[in-house]
Amino acid sequence: MTRERLYGWGRTSPSVAEVLAPIASDVENELHRAPRLLARGLGRSYGDAAQLAGGTVLRSSEMATMSPISSDGRVTVEAGVTIDDLIRVGVPQGWFVPVTPGTRQVSVGGAIAADVHGKNHHVEGSFGHHVLSMRLATPRGIISCSPTVESELFWATFGGMGLTGVVLDAELQLIAISSTDVLVDTTRFNNLDAVMNEMSSGDHRYRYSVAWVDCMTTGSSMGRAILTRGDHATESRSELAPPREAKLAVPFNAPSGLLNPLTIRAFNELWFRAAPKQRRDEAQSISSFFHPLDGVRDWNRLYGRKGFVQYQFAVPDTAGETVVDAIKTLSTSKVPSFLAVLKRFGAGTPGPLSFPMPGWTLALDLPVGPSALPGVLDQLDELVTNAGGRVYLAKDARLDPAHFRAMYPRYQEFLAIKHRVDPDDIISSDLARRLELIRK
Amino acid sequence: MENAFGQPQTVVVLGGSSDIARELTTKLCAERARTVVLAGRNEQLLNEAAAEAQRAGATLTPIVRFDAEDVTSAERAVRESFEAVGAPVDLVVIAVGLLGNQEVDENDPAAAARMSIVNYAWPVSALAALRERMIAQGAGRIVVISSVAGIRVRRGSYLYSGAKAGLDRLCEGYADSLIGTGVTLQIVRPGFVHTKMTTGMKPAPFSVDATKVANDIVAGMRTPQRIIYTPGIMKWLFAILRHLPAPLWRKINEDR
Repeated sequence: MTRERLYGWGRTSPSVAEVLAPIASDVENELHRAPRLLARGLGRSYGDAAQLAGGTVLRSSEMATMSPISSDGRVTVEAGVTIDDLIRVGVPQGWFVPVTPGTRQVSVGGAIAADVHGKNHHVEGSFGHHVLSMRLATPRGIISCSPTVESELFWATFGGMGLTGVVLDAELQLIAISSTDVLVDTTRFNNLDAVMNEMSSGDHRYRYSVAWVDCMTTGSSMGRAILTRGDHATESRSELAPPREAKLAVPFNAPSGLLNPLTIRAFNELWFRAAPKQRRDEAQSISSFFHPLDGVRDWNRLYGRKGFVQYQFAVPDTAGETVVDAIKTLSTSKVPSFLAVLKRFGAGTPGPLSFPMPGWTLALDLPVGPSALPGVLDQLDELVTNAGGRVYLAKDARLDPAHFRAMYPRYQEFLAIKHRVDPDDIISSDLARRLELIRK
Repeated sequence: MENAFGQPQTVVVLGGSSDIARELTTKLCAERARTVVLAGRNEQLLNEAAAEAQRAGATLTPIVRFDAEDVTSAERAVRESFEAVGAPVDLVVIAVGLLGNQEVDENDPAAAARMSIVNYAWPVSALAALRERMIAQGAGRIVVISSVAGIRVRRGSYLYSGAKAGLDRLCEGYADSLIGTGVTLQIVRPGFVHTKMTTGMKPAPFSVDATKVANDIVAGMRTPQRIIYTPGIMKWLFAILRHLPAPLWRKINEDR
């Protein structure tokens, strides 16, 4: 056991905890021993969700066993198995993960806790929709749950940010693929309205869809965008080979301020111009389509010592204006934003803290530093709350308790489920304390 | 918990009735601070500060009383403050200080000792009382109000400046001792600040008000920097002043 400083991916507010990496059969003992405890995967949540200051943090790295994949694509994995592991093992056998976020470097435990979503959310939902069952270690013992057994606890765990128990293992349903190619259609749009119209009317024809939006332009080209949509190729042109490892890495923190309005504007300009106006059926690899940032290890260090925050929100279909207003607020407030990602959402999972809702989601990467940033994000909270939307807790590092309660009105239902299996709030996190889900 | 922008939710202010502390408290409450313990000597001023904090958004503002002339009160003040919060403390501000009257105090052994007790010994005892409590939390921030006066001690205020110099230098070592604990300490070095403490004094160049100091502290808390100068120019000014030849240093301070 060592005392270790733990960060989120945004590297903003670290805290120190006792860290250990037990095997699955030891997790229950730790739950009885430690006064306060939290499980952690690969630390890809951006804020303080996988930290517990002064408590015990269980890394899932020694829980990495995977069953053989059944003929109908079912696999049982321990919580520490990663999306990367699943792709490496699955792809050569013709199986792909049903949902992947923008990085392969997430554990299954983390993917469940954050109920991660990917480019196919508008048609296939989030990670939780593809989990058949799981086992949770709680202070009240080990509980097997599924959509039919202990279903309340099962669904509360998706988006529950690790607070309902320690995921030991889960059975997942994979999807069949016959090629590692993704056939991609790319279209460039000169403003936000145009791309949102196209996504509203045409996304249902694609399994995968996402738009990159430039938040630094104003006026008539405000919110210019590149929309990429596609599906797995059905004919194999190459062997089913797993993706390659990252070749590049950022070895140390870049000077804070490397990513400033000037450099971000320049990058956005290049990115936009490099995209074709229109291109159809371009074959892309799994890595370049799903996980472009995995090509550079530790890219978060580019943001320097002060780190960065990501602001991702979802709003209902009727509140498309909120996306426009949010981008307007940013582009006029001189807060630089890198790589804004816009996507359509389908329905969320049934749990009380599920993030997605049918409509829109926008994710913004924002370097910490500009003095206006905290206030601008507080403004966005108001905007999002008033639109009936919410921010994504896996990305959050700065939301306040009052806005959290307004955005997630079913939080009391969540707490009631949690307290059935953890009446003394042994399972806790810095995020839970910041949002006053836990007050000690 | 403190968020990504260094905005705390639970705050303990030791010396909570000082002008700088009150401005800082108000600003923190306008952001995320909801529980603020105001600790100090003057109950009436503390009550005023508490009302101010509530108007700015605080929901819980307990008051803890202590007398900084009594070093043995530091441990109790810290303990009672932490108990009043009843949860991890995100931020502790040490804003205890006494300017004194140099001309009188420098010939009065008791008064001279009082200057070093209030400005140095009491804060040091409080830091010692804080240490294990904060480390056990695994997170938290300590902000100590020092002064540029401690960078180079002047003839006209050596009792105050000398004590601040001691506290400031001690805090550098204390901050090093916290590395790896999740707890951080930041030293604030304001220049001349217009407050009730400095009323009647001739302002030095680049003087600021307490609001400016509070703004600079809040901005500094968003960064990992150990020393927060306010106004920012003090950093460059004192980079020069500290190396000025002694006769020149005395000359520019002749009338102060």
